Amino acid sequence: MKLKQLSLFLENKPGAINDPCQCLADAGISISTLTLADTKYFGVLRLLIRDWEKAKRILEEKGFVVKLVDVVAIEIDHTPGSLARVLDVFRENGINVEYLYAFPAGLDGRAVIIFCFDDPDEAVRKLSDVPGIVLVGGEALFRE
Amino acid sequence: MSCKASGPAAVNPVSAMDYMPIDKLRTIQLERLKFIVKRAYDNVPLFRKRLEERKLTPESIRTLEDIQKLPFTVKADLRDTYPFGLFASPMKEIVRLHASSGTTGKPIVVAYTEEDIRTWSSAMVRSLAGCGIHEGDIAQISFGYGLFTGGLGAHYGFESLGATVIPASGGNTERQIMLMKDFGVTCIACTPSYFLHMSEKAEQMGIDLHDLPLRVGVFGAEPWTDEMRRRIEECSGIKAYDIYGLSEITGPGVGCACEYQDGLHIFEDLFYPEIIDPATGEALPDGQEGELVLTTLKKMAMPMIRYRTRDITKIVTEPCACGRTIRRIARISRRSDDMFIIRGVNVFPSQIETAIMAAESVLPVYQIILTRDHGLDNIEVDIEVNEQIFQDKVAAIEDIKAKIAHSIERTLGIRVVVKMLAPNSIPRSEGKAKRVIDKRKM
Repeated sequence: MKLKQLSLFLENKPGAINDPCQCLADAGISISTLTLADTKYFGVLRLLIRDWEKAKRILEEKGFVVKLVDVVAIEIDHTPGSLARVLDVFRENGINVEYLYAFPAGLDGRAVIIFCFDDPDEAVRKLSDVPGIVLVGGEALFRE
Repeated sequence: MSCKASGPAAVNPVSAMDYMPIDKLRTIQLERLKFIVKRAYDNVPLFRKRLEERKLTPESIRTLEDIQKLPFTVKADLRDTYPFGLFASPMKEIVRLHASSGTTGKPIVVAYTEEDIRTWSSAMVRSLAGCGIHEGDIAQISFGYGLFTGGLGAHYGFESLGATVIPASGGNTERQIMLMKDFGVTCIACTPSYFLHMSEKAEQMGIDLHDLPLRVGVFGAEPWTDEMRRRIEECSGIKAYDIYGLSEITGPGVGCACEYQDGLHIFEDLFYPEIIDPATGEALPDGQEGELVLTTLKKMAMPMIRYRTRDITKIVTEPCACGRTIRRIARISRRSDDMFIIRGVNVFPSQIETAIMAAESVLPVYQIILTRDHGLDNIEVDIEVNEQIFQDKVAAIEDIKAKIAHSIERTLGIRVVVKMLAPNSIPRSEGKAKRVIDKRKM
């Protein structure tokens, strides 16, 4: 139930983010969602892409350093308190969140949040059987 | 002395001089020293004048130690007598000129008679034979050809040894890799930083150097470290040997590593080495670190007496496991010229390189930037992220950065700013790597 996220190193300067995006555009690859972590001198661009293998190959050919990171997608209702309930489950199970971002398209009218955990395998194991937690796989998320 | 059994008898005859009994070697050196001092005295006005000032004559040289009475020659002497002032042969006997680029003003010019070219080639042949290169090897020479001695010096050596030479010269890296692959190159000669650049480019081209017949690299013309040697050997699967030389003395082939890769043997029947204290000029005993001073014992066109190389090294006292009797110097990882002074501290780029390796155990591409802000000198070390360094978590990258900064600060005792740069953002050189950018306005 894990998804592959691509992480790229970027320098903190104008235009740094253009190059990888253009590179994917030229290859006709669509980015499903993304987030940028920034520090004073550099940034880490995180991308969720359906065809991540091709995207990784193309980016590496262009000289980018790309890391593969396991993330977990969880489906929640678009209602107040839905996310808080999921986070409560994390706390009860001792699951630590490194960072999170949204999957903007959602799924069948419900919201999808992408989580990066300390230990994604353990998180998936603990969460699989929790009632009310819906993990989303790549096939469902990236279906046309 | 078990190595002796497989020593001289088993070696390539071209290397016979490397194994000469020490007494005999010293006798030859003394004879040749007397000869070269007389030749310089008779033919080079500057040298004659300097001996006369010291009330010396060629007859003052009775033992090898007497060399210490002689005045040094420095790079400025070559510049001051530009272009032909230090030549000891008439122009009709000189068959080749080389020149080294001066960063300021005029270049320095060096000259060779036909015999000098042969002597130089023989030193190169001994260098290459020591690296396990032999007849039948296919050698790509990616040192620059032209006024620089690297290209032609290596070229003549490889040809004399019976190797097939590809005079690729520097530049056009993609073509270099194509030649290497298509021609089945087994040996390469270039600067170590250019080879690393080639290996990166090969990777981008989808070529794994491990899969090619390439076996040996002979690298020189810039200071490098053992860490860099290991990195080259790991990324390409070749054996990387250190070769040493300088145009003023002859060019590449003054000294070279042997199969044990533990220092460089100086071909001291041709180039007599001394180590001096760079501050006082005093000769230092073997084993002590200082500036390497060389005297050409056979150079006809342009004898160099006690030339100060600016290279910092020491003469290794232990005999080498290879059985060669000619002495070794330790790898030259710094030049007194490369040294920069920041906040009163003398710093060599190699110290920073070693500190980075100590922190990360990989050697990324790096550059040192010196700036001056309101009269205060600052040092910044720019490091290109690579697969080992880059992490998805910002905190993990910050940790690596801090670790590297800490390691450098511990070495230098100065605060340093470490910056992480995107891959391939530091310009690659096709000759000597530019490690230090000094933006301070003096």
